[in-house]
This record gives sequence, structure tokens and C-alpha cells, in this order.
Amino acid sequence: MSFLKTAAAAALTVAIAAAAQAEDMRKVRIGTEGAYPPFNYIDANGELVGFDVEIAKALCKAANYDCTFVVQDWDGIIPGLLADKYDAIIASMSITPKRKEVVDFTDKYYNTPARFAVQRGDDFDLTEGSGLDGLRVGVQGATIHEDFVRATWPKAEVVTYGTQEEANADLVSGRVDLVMADSVVLQEGFLKVDGGDCCEFFGLSYSDPTYHGEGAGIAIRKDEPELVEGFNAAIVEIRNDGTYKSINDKYFEFDAYGAE
Amino acid sequence: MEYTRELFQGYQWVFWAGAEITLLVGLASLPIALVLGLLGAWSKLCSIGPLRGLAVVYTTVVRGVPELVLILLFYYGLTILLQDLIAFLAGSSEPVDLPRFLTGTMTLGLIYGAFATEVFRGAYLAVSRGQIEAASAFGMSPFLAFRRVILPQMWRFALPGLGNLWLVLIKATALVSVIQLPDLMYQTNVGRMATRAPFTFYFTASLIYLLITAVSLIAIRYAEQWASRGVVRKI
Amino acid sequence: MDWLWELIGQQAQAGCMAVQGGFVGLMGEGDAIAGNFCRLMAGAWLTVKLTLISLVIGFALAVPVALARLSRNPLLNWPAVAYTFYFRGTPLLVQLFLLYYGSGQFSPELRELGLWRGMFREAYFCALLTLTLNTAAYTAEILRGAMLGVPAGEVEAARAYGMSGVKLYRRIVFPKAMRIALPAYSNETVFLFQSTSLVSLVTLLDLMGVARDVISSTFRTFETLIFAGLVYLAISFLIFSIFKRVEQHLMRHLKGAGGGEGQSAAGGTKA
Repeated sequence: MSFLKTAAAAALTVAIAAAAQAEDMRKVRIGTEGAYPPFNYIDANGELVGFDVEIAKALCKAANYDCTFVVQDWDGIIPGLLADKYDAIIASMSITPKRKEVVDFTDKYYNTPARFAVQRGDDFDLTEGSGLDGLRVGVQGATIHEDFVRATWPKAEVVTYGTQEEANADLVSGRVDLVMADSVVLQEGFLKVDGGDCCEFFGLSYSDPTYHGEGAGIAIRKDEPELVEGFNAAIVEIRNDGTYKSINDKYFEFDAYGAE
Repeated sequence: MEYTRELFQGYQWVFWAGAEITLLVGLASLPIALVLGLLGAWSKLCSIGPLRGLAVVYTTVVRGVPELVLILLFYYGLTILLQDLIAFLAGSSEPVDLPRFLTGTMTLGLIYGAFATEVFRGAYLAVSRGQIEAASAFGMSPFLAFRRVILPQMWRFALPGLGNLWLVLIKATALVSVIQLPDLMYQTNVGRMATRAPFTFYFTASLIYLLITAVSLIAIRYAEQWASRGVVRKI
Repeated sequence: MDWLWELIGQQAQAGCMAVQGGFVGLMGEGDAIAGNFCRLMAGAWLTVKLTLISLVIGFALAVPVALARLSRNPLLNWPAVAYTFYFRGTPLLVQLFLLYYGSGQFSPELRELGLWRGMFREAYFCALLTLTLNTAAYTAEILRGAMLGVPAGEVEAARAYGMSGVKLYRRIVFPKAMRIALPAYSNETVFLFQSTSLVSLVTLLDLMGVARDVISSTFRTFETLIFAGLVYLAISFLIFSIFKRVEQHLMRHLKGAGGGEGQSAAGGTKA
């Protein structure tokens, strides 16, 4: 362990020295999923777009980072960060205690509740503990939603998908009875677009700090605290100078940031 | 044109963009596989014990473990080592990025090198002993004998196996989509997600793979005829 | 058959939990492999089950397809050619996604035909169907090559004895063809076994699916993948050694004759 610490400290010193020496911009590679509309996805022109992507660009500008994007499947996104495939994850990743064991997080840059979607007219018993008995709930694997559904409705059969879109597709075809996901993702990326008119929200909005954490933050390797600080300062800056609001208003009719 | 645009809802580009990468990945990993295959076959046939053992371990492990496991292992594991090594040699503290294309082709090359090893080994053994002995009787050095006598004949025996290898390899490129290399499979997923017409997209993609296979089969047949020119046909 | 699978599963589960307890004691509470040992083994069991079922049904399907391929009647020959060409010429991954996500596009129609519930709705069914159709195409090609490899003299001799039709095939052609096909078929079986790992991409929790799940919750990429790889390797070896036994058994009348027979027929490689 002490070797790692020494190595990390050495790397940090080198990085700081390098930063002090040359005033040029720090290169930061940002990992994102690219399959999570409206937050990050690939449009018809093959471009990576979405709320996360625009926020990331704004943050990089504010922090004076030279940023490039790397697209990475969700279930490998933290391993990819640890494997040094990129330096930061800006992909709507919720800040949870479990993830904090392996990576550091910045402060949140948005926070929206989770909800169920079902086929129009369907009605299910959502009693915590005994509800959803024998029903299939589709979730994206390795997400807060998977953990939350497993813990709250132990009698449900949880089906995990690589992407949210695959879970939505199986709700449309009827392979699963419900899906649980971020309410904005369901609304903007599914219910409001073509093919989403089959389905609707169901039940309450869920925002349990134990499972849903404090909102979405930027994940960074544990040995780079200066990157966390850089992004944190940038979040404050874009919140204050109106950049955040103008991006927010392009996508949503409400403030995605949630409570201050 | 209008019809295809309607059918694919503006996402018809995924097929061209994807097929290009698929072909490039296939064509780039083939030479890696061939070089590794020749080295592997030579190691297996040589008299140096440890080298032989290494080649046996290589072919056994690669052929006994699914490609999907190997690709992920290579992507998350070996590339980190390589990145560190390059960064160390270059003496830079900045992380050196290995492009996905390189990772994907190296992985496929490594996997299919094991298959090529068996093909070349079989081909070498098929060249008759007498020819090799005759070459050495003429005073040819082992290397010269290999270049002048064995290799030209090996190609003929190896071609059916190598043709098969190419057909398998080009289909295996679909797996590199799991490490986000934008090949045909990956781009088809992009199109499917955006349009919610999975059958349309996957079926079209399968026809493109089929086309690649068909063209390859024709090319392989020509190559086999060329390699067998001057050989008397028994039937 | 289901009750049998279930019984074996339950017995294995009980035994496994004991082993897992031992491993956790040995490796510590937080170890990714030890803590998930039984889940990984359950995944390996699904992998083996998918292999066995698709192998058996695939073989049963391959025999008529191979005969149709050899037939001179275009009504039999053409569909068989198209089928084997399609399934051998496209990646298994595309076939799997086509049958799984593609069938979702037609769920109302399939529901009307009664093919949805218990069938296309289940990822397990789609995966099994894809693996079966895929291996049947490769096996049919192997069998066709093997049947063409049966020496003409043996068939002529049988005809001279007055054998024809089913009897000729059952007594002479099939037994001989099986022996010729065996080495290629053992390769195909190992390939099929390994290709089952793709079903993890359509929500199934086979060995690979569980491994990916363990990785995404423990972030221990290396150990987990290497462990999964070793399990695949061990089972591949097992399959090879079983086929070696069968081969020795079938070739026992040729002891000492050396070589000659058992040359691999049509290549059955795939990804």
C-alpha cells in the first residue's frame, strides 16, 4: 500500500510540476456511455450528444481542460476508468457509497428521481416487500436502480440489461412487465419519442438516499484529487455564470440540478 | 434511395461506416495471425523444449477459452501493461493511449494466431519428407530449403485452412463491438437503439456479412487454383 | 426432463454452498471469486445445459439437412443450401440479436400465433433456438462432407448385397460417416460450448453473464475473467477427452492398422 501511496504522490508531484512548468492545457479523457438519451447518446449524424456531453464540454472550458471523449459500455465503465482508458466518467453516474469505495466523486451536477414505466393501463401492486410478486422488472445492470429494486421488491424477478434502451425495448415487446430508471431518462429518452406511446409512468417518484445517492457526479480515480477539485470549481462556475441554465433549458422544462 | 432512407430512418450510414471498420479490422488482424501462426508452428516443430511448451500452452489456452473472455481480458488487462510499458519507454508521465482499433486487431490476431499455428503445422507436415531430404542432399541450408522448397508447397496445403480461418475471423470481428470498436455490429446496435426496428437492422447487417463471406469464398477459390497451378489433378 | 434438471440443480446448490463457505474462509469475506463461487458455478451449469440441449437437437436437425444437401431434388437441395449458407456465413452474435431483439419487433404477431409466452418472450428460448440452428448448420456440413467421404466401393458392395434406401444408410453410410465426421464434430462441440458465452449479451446469466455481473459489482475485472476462462478451459478439455474416448471406442477394430481413417472431414470452425 505504501508503495502505491509513494507512487501516487510521485505521480502527483510530477503532474503538478508539469502543470506549473508549462501553462498549456491539461489533457483530460472523458468516458461516457453514449447510449443513455437524453443525457448521452449518438445522434443520426454519428455525433456524441446529450446533456452530459454538453455539461462536460462546459466544465472543461471552465476548468481550462483539453477534453476528448471515449465511449464505453456501462458495465465496463468503472473498470475502464481504473484501467486508465480515460480520466473521468461523465455519464449520469450516481454518487453511491458502493462506488465511492473504488472511485472518487465530484459534487453532483444533477439530481432527478427514479420511476417505473409500464405498458399503458397496466396496474401492479407496489407494496414494498411483498409487491411485484413474480413480475419481471427490467433495469440497466450495475445501476442504483438494480440495487433499489432488488432490495425493495425482493419477490420481483429482476432482469438486467447492458443499456437502458434494451430494457425499454423489452418493455415495449412485453418481455418485462415494468422498467425502473431515472425519470428524466424514461420521459425524454423513451416515453416522449417514437415508439414510447405504448407506455407510461407508474407509481411514485423514488429518491432514497441509501440507494439513489446524492445525484449524478463525475467519477475520478482515487489518485487524482486535483482533478476532482478542478471539476468541482468548474461546476460552481457554470452554475453561477448561467452556462448550466442555458444547457439545462435546452433539454428540460425544470432545473435538473435539484435542491441546492 | 427514398425507400431505404425511410426504412432505416436516416440511419443507413451505420452499415457503410460499420462495414468499412469490419473489413479493416479483419484485414489488419489477418497478418498478425499469420505471423504468429508461422512462429507458433515453427516453435511447435522445433527442437527447443521450452519454446515447444510455450507454443502448446498458447494454442491450448486460446482454443479452450471463449473469444469473448479473451477480448475482455486483453482489453482490460494486457493493454494496461502495454500502455505502462510504452509510457515507461517514452519516459512520459502522460498516459499513452492505445487506440481501440489497435487493441481489437491485436486481440483478434492473437486469438487467430493460435488457429493459424495448427494450419501451418499441418501444412508443414504435409510436405513430403523426401523433398526436405532431397533439398539437404543438394546442400541447401535449412533456411534456404525452407524458403525454396517447403514454403512454396506449404502455401498450397495451408490455403484451405487459411481460407477457413479468414471466414471465421471476419465473423469474429463482430465481437470487438463489445469493446466499443465501431464495427458493423456496433454501428448496427446504434441504429437499432435509435430507431427501435431491431429486425430490420440486424437482418440487413447479416446480409452484409453474408456478402463479405460470399466474396471471400470466390477469392479463396481463385487463390487455391493459383496455388495449385502445375499440380497434376487426380480427378 | 425439467424435474431432473431441477433436482440436479438443487443437489449441486447445496453442495456448492458448503464449498463456498470453505473458500470464503480461506480467501476472506471480500474476495470476488470466493464470495460469488456458487453463482459462478450456477452460471457454468447454465452454460453446460445450453450446450447439451442445443447439441442434441442440433444434431437431430443436421441429419435431414445433410441428406437434403446431398439430394438432387432442387426443392430439398436449395432450402438446405440457403439455410447452411446463412447460418455459417453470418456471425452468431448477429443471429442471436436478430432472434432476440428482432422477435421483439413482432411481438404482437407472435402473441397472436401463440409463440410469445413461454417461447420468444424468454431469452432462454431465443438463445437455445439460435445456438441450435447455428450448430445444426455446421453439423450438417460436417455430416455431408463425411457422407461424401464414404468410399464408393463400400456403397457398391452393399448395393450388390441387395441393400438400398434406409437400410443402406443405416447399416453402411451412417456408421462409416460418423467415424469420418468425429474429429470435426468434436471441434464443433467445443466451439458451440464456447459460443454459448454470447448469451450473456441477451440478459442470460450463464458463466460469462455471472462473471460480468460480478465484475460490475466488485470491479475485480482480472481475477473474475481469469477464473471464468479457467472454468471454460477445464470444460473444453473435458469435452475433448470424452470425444477421444468415443473415437478410440469406434476405432477399436482398426487397432494397429494406424492412420487412414479418422481424417477430419469438412472443417467445422466458426466464431
